[in-house]
Amino acid sequence: MNMSKKQYKKYVKTKVTKSPLFKNMIKAYITGGIICTAGQLLNDSYLYFGFAEEQAGTLTSITLVFLSAFLTSIGIYDKIAKHAGAGTLVPITGFANAVVSPAIEFKDEGYVLGVAANIFKIAGPVITYGVIASVVSGLIYYALG
Amino acid sequence: MQTIILNNKPRLVSCASIAGKKENDGNMSEFFDAIILDGRYGKKSWEEAESEMQKDAAFMVLHKTENKPEDISFIFGGDLLNQCMGTSFGITKLNIPFFGIYGACSTFCEGLILASMCVDGGYGKKVMCTSSSHFCSSERQFRFPLEYGGQRAPAAQWTVTAAGAALVSDSGGDISITAVTPGKVIDLGISDASNMGAAMAPAAIDTIKTHFKDRGLKNNYFDMVVTGDLGKFGYSIAKEKLKEEGVDLSNRFYDCGAMIYKEEQDAHAGGSGCGCCASVFSGYIFDMLKQGKIDRVLLVATGALMSTTSAYQGNSIPSVAHAVSIERVRK
Repeated sequence: MNMSKKQYKKYVKTKVTKSPLFKNMIKAYITGGIICTAGQLLNDSYLYFGFAEEQAGTLTSITLVFLSAFLTSIGIYDKIAKHAGAGTLVPITGFANAVVSPAIEFKDEGYVLGVAANIFKIAGPVITYGVIASVVSGLIYYALG
Repeated sequence: MQTIILNNKPRLVSCASIAGKKENDGNMSEFFDAIILDGRYGKKSWEEAESEMQKDAAFMVLHKTENKPEDISFIFGGDLLNQCMGTSFGITKLNIPFFGIYGACSTFCEGLILASMCVDGGYGKKVMCTSSSHFCSSERQFRFPLEYGGQRAPAAQWTVTAAGAALVSDSGGDISITAVTPGKVIDLGISDASNMGAAMAPAAIDTIKTHFKDRGLKNNYFDMVVTGDLGKFGYSIAKEKLKEEGVDLSNRFYDCGAMIYKEEQDAHAGGSGCGCCASVFSGYIFDMLKQGKIDRVLLVATGALMSTTSAYQGNSIPSVAHAVSIERVRK
């Protein structure tokens, strides 16, 4: 085929259907919004039942993490995420899914070399750079007094 | 010349295929010899299930041709998993001298080429080739855990859960492997692993063009020219470019990956994997050859030769396509 790599890449772009960006964004916006509203509802409920603000926030996170871990383990989460995209990825639910799904997947290799070694395979980079970012912001906070 | 003409016309005696549930729901269900409804196939891992499928496909070919394992000279087999574990762990029980091969999704044709050359050269009377892929074992090796919530691109393909096996012999039947074209590795710079069809299309184009040129064939020589797993986008690229370059295959051109699933099965651009070409050929196409509905087929399995390491290191996807010409000859 008489085409340079550059020409071919350009040609391929014209032939391949792109992801439906606008539709995906709308779906992500709606599901992300639903999850956040549910979180707010949980938070308000915990406050109503007499928990302090800090405790209510923690309990809300715990509840959302539990729910997404549960939905992941019964095989429903990925079916929702297929449509929701960033809507389920960005909230804390996405992080729970990213930890639970490899834990299930690598059980075949045992609890030590499988589950424990691979549990942070996807979430690992988020944790690493999350810690680095918090150190950097901490230093800036300290420097500015 | 890149194409090898097999003067002794080794016969393609028999094929067998075994496929998974999603494949059974697709377009090819009536042509598979066996279906596994449970993806684990009663085993404790996806990898073991894949091995079991490949072993069963091989045993089905032995059974169909009334051969015992000791009648087979060699077996050429491969799959997508690291160190070809899908094959070696299944083949163990056969006790046949074994060559492990890796050509990504082109493995089935690579095996057919090597098997037919072995028989043509007189080094073996009966030589077998097998290959397999399993959606779940491939996902965990190449992509994400099964339950991970991600979105797939429209050009992404679905790894077929299937295995195929074929027996090439120096005699028997009237279906023969007449010529083979081993492909060159071609890389036109596509690095998107969810668009493997576009990465593999140039390799398919090169091999098909070479096969026609080397043998001096007219564009309508074959009843079917079938690529392995270009998927619908790779297929349309290959079709268009081949036409531009003088090999107009029009309605004789097909792709196993684009054929295997139904549109509503959400497989996006179609099927992929070693098992795709192996099962569609061993089931549907070989059946049509046997029934006399078609007489000449050019099977061109395509393989994207990337690894998880090469992808992480930012390399593009080198690809290969191997062609096998299968024709009816006089007995």
